[in-house]
Amino acid sequence: MALNKPYENIPGTTMFDGDMARRGYHLNQFCMSLLKPENRKRFKSNQRAYLDEWPMKEAQKLAVLNRDYNSMIANGGNIYFLAKIFSTDEQSFEQAAASMTGLSRQEYRKMMLSGGRSPEGNRYKKEAEDG
Amino acid sequence: MAKVTAGIVTSHVPAIGAAIDNGQTGTDYWKPLFKGFEFSKKWIREEKPDVVILVYNDHASAFDMKIIPTFAIGCGEQFEPADEGWGPRPVPTVVGRPDLAWHTMQSVIQDGFDLTVINEMTVDHGLTVPLSLMFGQVEEWPCQIIPFAVNVVVYPPPSGQRCYDLGKALRKAVESFDEDLNIQVWGTGGMSHQLQGARAGLINKEFDRNFLDHLRDDPEGLAQMPHIDYVRDAGSEGIELVMWMVMRGAMNHDVKELHRFYHVPASNTAVGHAIYENL
Repeated sequence: MALNKPYENIPGTTMFDGDMARRGYHLNQFCMSLLKPENRKRFKSNQRAYLDEWPMKEAQKLAVLNRDYNSMIANGGNIYFLAKIFSTDEQSFEQAAASMTGLSRQEYRKMMLSGGRSPEGNRYKKEAEDG
Repeated sequence: MAKVTAGIVTSHVPAIGAAIDNGQTGTDYWKPLFKGFEFSKKWIREEKPDVVILVYNDHASAFDMKIIPTFAIGCGEQFEPADEGWGPRPVPTVVGRPDLAWHTMQSVIQDGFDLTVINEMTVDHGLTVPLSLMFGQVEEWPCQIIPFAVNVVVYPPPSGQRCYDLGKALRKAVESFDEDLNIQVWGTGGMSHQLQGARAGLINKEFDRNFLDHLRDDPEGLAQMPHIDYVRDAGSEGIELVMWMVMRGAMNHDVKELHRFYHVPASNTAVGHAIYENL
């Protein structure tokens, strides 16, 4: 019997459950490797060659090369693992989060300073679409 | 006999640690946040806890995808701050309390909570930011610390009810330890925030306010809240709040809220903080 996944109707949200964790295993373990300074250096000097050392899917590698965090997440990446990539790029959580919402860093920061994104209209996919 | 004398909850946003480490606590952006901890720092200097059981989550620092323990207790002598990609935070080594940790492990497992024992691990911002917020910049942390890690990264985390019941087992364990010790239990993480996807930046002040009210007045009711409510209303990372239930379970049903603070934003997150004493 399939597991109940009531979170699938939340808009703009991917829960890092077993299915996603399985899909993203090598992507996330690649991210962990960037915790070592020598690996960060090697990755920066030739990103494609470094990624090719990992048994990752091509879509995952392209998402990393394009710094497309939404695509990395769709391919099983978890934000706390992906943080190793934007830390290597010397970017903050705020910058990375902004990039996923389609807002500029300034617009995103302004939204946060005015109280953040309201849950109103953002709880269910249907209401977000009707928005 | 050891005794749980107080419970503390606080968010553990990494940017707060960076602000402290880089001397930015007086800027317009950060000043209001640190003001909310002035009472707490003064209070804890007088309270002088011997040991803090610090409930937190690792953020892919000590634990990667190879091993994902739901509940893990740090039984080692000491724990170094983790390198989270920009070098370790310049904070003191965390000194553990192995005799009490092993005692707690035995008691809690026999009470039905199958803990993982960790003797060696680094500790990340989830653990060190709360210490910095409460104790400031110090040469040594003024107490021993038992790290207690809860998985909230891979879904599902333990339920609020399970965390609350674990808190009760922790208290029972601690209070059967012979030495006279002043012990605090801290719950960290939260409050509402979402760090991923198009919904990133979600903040729910009403949810957070209600959570703080119920945490104080109706912990049994709050423990019933299912995961989906945390995620839908407080964001995919807001689910960290289940860790606050561990603290609450370690306290009496009736508590006095000595202090409460709430601030939006710290980076992407709503910051909540409270201190409780037993009535």
